[in-house]
Amino acid sequence: MENNLSNNYSHIKGWGIDADPENEPTYPMKHYTGDDHRRLDWERPPQQLENIEVLHSSERPTVSAVFGAPHPPSGLSGAIRRQAFKYSESSFGHWLPLLLADRINVVEGFVDDLRRGHIPNIFIESGWKAAWKHNRKGVITRMVVGTVLAVGIVAAILAKKRDK
Amino acid sequence: MLAMNYRGPRRIRVDHKPYPEILHPGDAIVRVIRTCICGSDLHLYHGMVPDTRVGTTFGHEFIGIVEEIGSSVQNLKKGDQVLVPFNIACGKCAFCKQELYGNCHESNPEATAVGGIFGYSHTAGGYDGGQAEYVRVPYADIGPTVIPDDMDPDDAVLLTDVVPTGYQAAEMGGIKPGDTVVVFGAGPIGIMAAKCAWLFGAGRVIIIDHLEYRLEFARHYAQCEAYNFRSLEDPVLFLKRETGWLGADVCIDAVGADAAGSALHTITGKKLMLQAGSAIALHWAINSVKKGGILSIVGVYGPTGNLVPIGNVVNKGLTVRANQASVKRLLPRLIKHVQDGYIDPKGLITHRIPLEEIADAYHIFSSKLDNCIKTVLIPPSARN
Ligand SMILES: NC(=O)c1ccc[n+]([C@@H]2O[C@H](COP(=O)([O-])OP(=O)(O)OC[C@H]3O[C@@H](n4cnc5c(N)ncnc54)[C@H](O)[C@@H]3O)[C@@H](O)[C@H]2O)c1
Ligand SMILES: [Zn+2]
Ligand SMILES: [Zn+2]
Repeated sequence: MENNLSNNYSHIKGWGIDADPENEPTYPMKHYTGDDHRRLDWERPPQQLENIEVLHSSERPTVSAVFGAPHPPSGLSGAIRRQAFKYSESSFGHWLPLLLADRINVVEGFVDDLRRGHIPNIFIESGWKAAWKHNRKGVITRMVVGTVLAVGIVAAILAKKRDK
Repeated sequence: MLAMNYRGPRRIRVDHKPYPEILHPGDAIVRVIRTCICGSDLHLYHGMVPDTRVGTTFGHEFIGIVEEIGSSVQNLKKGDQVLVPFNIACGKCAFCKQELYGNCHESNPEATAVGGIFGYSHTAGGYDGGQAEYVRVPYADIGPTVIPDDMDPDDAVLLTDVVPTGYQAAEMGGIKPGDTVVVFGAGPIGIMAAKCAWLFGAGRVIIIDHLEYRLEFARHYAQCEAYNFRSLEDPVLFLKRETGWLGADVCIDAVGADAAGSALHTITGKKLMLQAGSAIALHWAINSVKKGGILSIVGVYGPTGNLVPIGNVVNKGLTVRANQASVKRLLPRLIKHVQDGYIDPKGLITHRIPLEEIADAYHIFSSKLDNCIKTVLIPPSARN
C-alpha cells in the first residue's frame, strides 16, 4: 500500500523518506536513558560566578550552572520582581507582578534615557518609517482617527465648560 | 558594538553596548554574520512575555564566527563559522542526556518550565541575544555546530530554529503514510511544517491562515492546499467537511499566542492579558482533529494559562505532543536534507535588512507588511 501511495506523490521531492512506523506518539519522544529516578543527581557543569543578583525560580534549589548576566533587577521594577520570585511558577502571584514590573520598567527606561541626555525618538523606535513606506493608508487613517478623537474630546470639554 | 535594545512594547532601537564577556569556562563569543527575526520575537516585541527587561537584546536565530573561547571549550576554535541552536543546553543534565535539548535544567535559573533561550527574556534565562554584532554563547561545546563549507549562510541561519521547529512539528504529529495533516499558521514555521509533513508521508497537507500573500506563498513553497479562515464561516466545520466528516489525522498549531480570529480571545488574551495570549488557533486545532488523533503544538504561549476546550481533548482521546524544538538532536539529519535538496530554507527569506534598521524590520514583520515571510538582519561588519 505504501508503494502505491508513493507513486501518487512522485511530484514531491523526498515524499515519505522519513516515514517512520516506530514514531508512535504514545512512545515518548526522547532518548530514554533509564536513569530518570536519579532526579537532580547528574554531574553538574561548573558554576558560573554569581557576582550579580540572579533571581531564581522557587521550584529549583539553586541557580542553574549558567545564566544571563547583563540585566539584574533594579529600581521599583526590580523590587516587584524580587517579590514575584517568592511565588512558584504555578502561581499568578509570580507572573502577574512580573508583567506589572515590565510596564514599570518601560517608564524607568524612559527616565534613564533622559538622564543620559537621550530623548528617545518614539517614531523611529516603533518603525514608523517602514509603516509610512508600506502602509501609508493605515498611518493616515490612524492619524485622522486620532485627530478626530482629540478634537472631539476637546470640543466636548469646552462645551461642558460653557454650559456651567 | 551595535546591538538591538528593547525599550518597551513595540519600541526598539539599535545602540552601542559593551562587547560581551566570557563568564564561564564553557562560553564562546561569536561575531554575528546573519540573524533573523522570528514569530517568537513578536511575543516579546508585543510585551506578552513576563520578565522582559528594558535594555535586553533579542535574537535567538543567528550564525557567526567564533571570536573567543573559554578555557574548557574543546570542540570549537577561533575563526570557526558556526550555526548556533536557539536552545542553550548543557549536555549533562538528565534532560539533555535524553536529547531534550530544549528542556535543559542548567541554563535557566528563572524558570523550570523552559530551558535557556538566547535573547528571550529573563523567563528564558536572561541572556542577551544575537540581534547584535557579538553575542555570548554558553556551553559552546554542546550547541554550536560548524557550518559545512558548501552551505549557504542563509540556509545555515534558518537551521538554528525554523527548519528544526517545522520538522519537529511534523515529526511530533506521528504522521502515517496517507494521513491528512492540517497546519494552522502560514508563517515560516507553519510553512516549514507543511513542507516537512510530506517527508513523513502525509497524503494531504492543508494550511490555514488569513493573510492571502502567505497562503499563496505556502501553496508554492510547500505544495499544499491553503485556505483563508476569514473566508470560511467556521474553519472547524470546513475542515470536518473536507476530511469526510471525521476531522484531520494530525493538526499542527504553528500560530501561538498572537492568534487572530476571535474577538473574545483577542480581548481577554492580548488586550487584558487575563490569559497568556490568544489561543484560538489551538482551539480550532483541538476541534478539527479526529477522535484518537494527534495534536502537535509548536506555537508559543505564555506561562499563565489559556482558555482551551480541554474537555474535547479528553472526550476525543487526543494525543498532545508539544515542545520547544530540540535543534541539536535534529541538526545532523536536517543539514543532510538541505544538502540533498529536500528542503530549501533560504527560499523563505523575503527581506534582508541592515541591523541598524531593526525598528523598521520588526514593524514590517509584526504588521505583515510588504509581503514579508522571513527577515534576515545583517550587521555592518558582515556586509562588506
Ligand atoms: N516550539 C518552538 O521551538 C518554536 C520555535 C520557533 C517559533 N515558534 C512559534 O511558532 C509560532 C509561529 O512562528 P512564525 O515565525 O511562523 O510566526 P509568524 O508570526 O510569522 O506566523 C504566524 C502566522 O499565523 C497566522 N495566524 C494568526 N492567527 C491565526 C489563526 N487563528 N489560524 C491560523 N493562522 C493564524 C498569522 O497570520 C501568521 O501568518 C510562534 O508562536 C512562534 O513563537 C515555536
Ligand atoms: Zn525563532
Ligand atoms: Zn542540560
